[in-house]
Amino acid sequence: MTAYSAEQPMPDHLGEVIVKARGIEKYFGDNHVLRGVDLDVHQREAVMIIGRSGSGKTTLLRCLNFLEEPTVGSVEIEGVRVEAAPLRARSRAHQEQIRQIRIRASMLFQEFALFPHMTVLGNCIEAPTRVKGVPQDKAVALADKYLEQVGMFNKKDEYPARLSGGQKQRVAIARALCMEPKVLLFDEPTSALDPELIGEVLKVMEELAHEGTTMIVVTHEMHFAREAADRVIFMEGGVIAEQGPPETMLDNPREEATRRFLRRFLEA
Amino acid sequence: MATAELQAPRAQVLDDIVAAQRRHRRWFRGQFIVVWLVLVGIIGVFLWDAGRISWDFIFLTGPFIIQGAGITILVSLVAMAMAIVLALLGAVGRLSANAIFYSLASLYVSLVRGTPLLVQIYFIYFALPSAGIIIDAIPAGIIALGFNYGAYMTEIFRAGIQAVPRSQHEAAQALGMPERLAFRRIVLPQAVRIVIPAIGNDFVAMIKDSALVSTIAIQELLWRAQRVGRAEHQVLASIAIAALVYWGLTIIFSFFQEKLEQRMARGDR
Repeated sequence: MTAYSAEQPMPDHLGEVIVKARGIEKYFGDNHVLRGVDLDVHQREAVMIIGRSGSGKTTLLRCLNFLEEPTVGSVEIEGVRVEAAPLRARSRAHQEQIRQIRIRASMLFQEFALFPHMTVLGNCIEAPTRVKGVPQDKAVALADKYLEQVGMFNKKDEYPARLSGGQKQRVAIARALCMEPKVLLFDEPTSALDPELIGEVLKVMEELAHEGTTMIVVTHEMHFAREAADRVIFMEGGVIAEQGPPETMLDNPREEATRRFLRRFLEA
Repeated sequence: MATAELQAPRAQVLDDIVAAQRRHRRWFRGQFIVVWLVLVGIIGVFLWDAGRISWDFIFLTGPFIIQGAGITILVSLVAMAMAIVLALLGAVGRLSANAIFYSLASLYVSLVRGTPLLVQIYFIYFALPSAGIIIDAIPAGIIALGFNYGAYMTEIFRAGIQAVPRSQHEAAQALGMPERLAFRRIVLPQAVRIVIPAIGNDFVAMIKDSALVSTIAIQELLWRAQRVGRAEHQVLASIAIAALVYWGLTIIFSFFQEKLEQRMARGDR
């Protein structure tokens, strides 16, 4: 549920709850990866999810916009609520609901997944024009604005193959922003990058967070989490083991599991 | 400056290397041309002699045979267009979660690949009339070739679609694209690029396989060659002319295929 309470008051700049996940469980075959996760994310909140691999953090993120159909549970984003329905996952009505969720929650991938046969600009206007029906000129103006914001405006006529990993991820962020989603989901956005390229992507993300973009980020970048997060979530064994403000979570966590993870992480 | 002194001999060495590489390439190409000319010349002279080929015959019947190339190209192009459409439908069926589409596509591939092309041509032209379905020779030949190649190309398209990384499909989904739009705009264009070389090979193969439709009296290259060859008792000469024309056609289309591949590689660099 909501992470905020009397003793842990909500920061002033946050708004209404905009993402509401309830009782999310996911099985891969016999493997019980998510064991009941409740998650509320507020408007303008930056939530970072940490945890070791296999803890279910990426699966949780992918369940939020149904790239994985949860086995049980529901997700509500800005009033659109979808109940997990693995048995009728192919039904048209269900697919349409999921699509509505995805229009509101855009996912960024480890491997960028830019469309290689389209220019940077083409990548950015494809979905707005064809999914939301934004007129071409408006879509281009929007793309210009967001490409400028991520510092990729001067590359807008290039094909993705000519860009570095960091540049690709920045374009991917602009592409997602062009859909004007309510929340951005980042799945380890810097894990596939060479170390010297990580900074430029994190900088863009940090600016977005400070501007009040709602985001949920699965990350291993603790320094980034400390700078940009409103809340840090530690996942273990398919549940949220502990959550709180970054200072508490990273410097003085309550749970032994969190301490162990951070200790091992800092040693590595 | 010291650097300038150092740079001068260095540039000289690089120039020498480039010049040597160019000489080697020219030498290699020269040898290649000589080997081809000598071998083709030997074969030509042998055939000329053994087959009692004369210039008169070539000038007299050559144009008639070569005009068959027009029909060969026509039949191949139309059959190829048909094959591409069938292959695309077949591939979508083979990847479909719908049991009926999957079964239909699988049956098509299995049946067509399990029977000889010549039998399929006979079936459509000679057998179907018994069932009251009469198709002219050229359409019948085109249908047989198109059907046959469509089945083989179904598997090419299927593999091409599957070779597009899953993340591309997911990225399209994550942007809210409906299934069909994602397929048409994101997956298919990338799959097409992957399959272009294989499709090009199939087209070249089809030009040659189109010789089989000479058996149903379509007046293409081979039919014309056989006809005048028999009439004039110059079978060796006429068949050799047909072979040369097929060879020329495949060289021309291979050239276009290469150009197309280079064009489609745009964005990969």
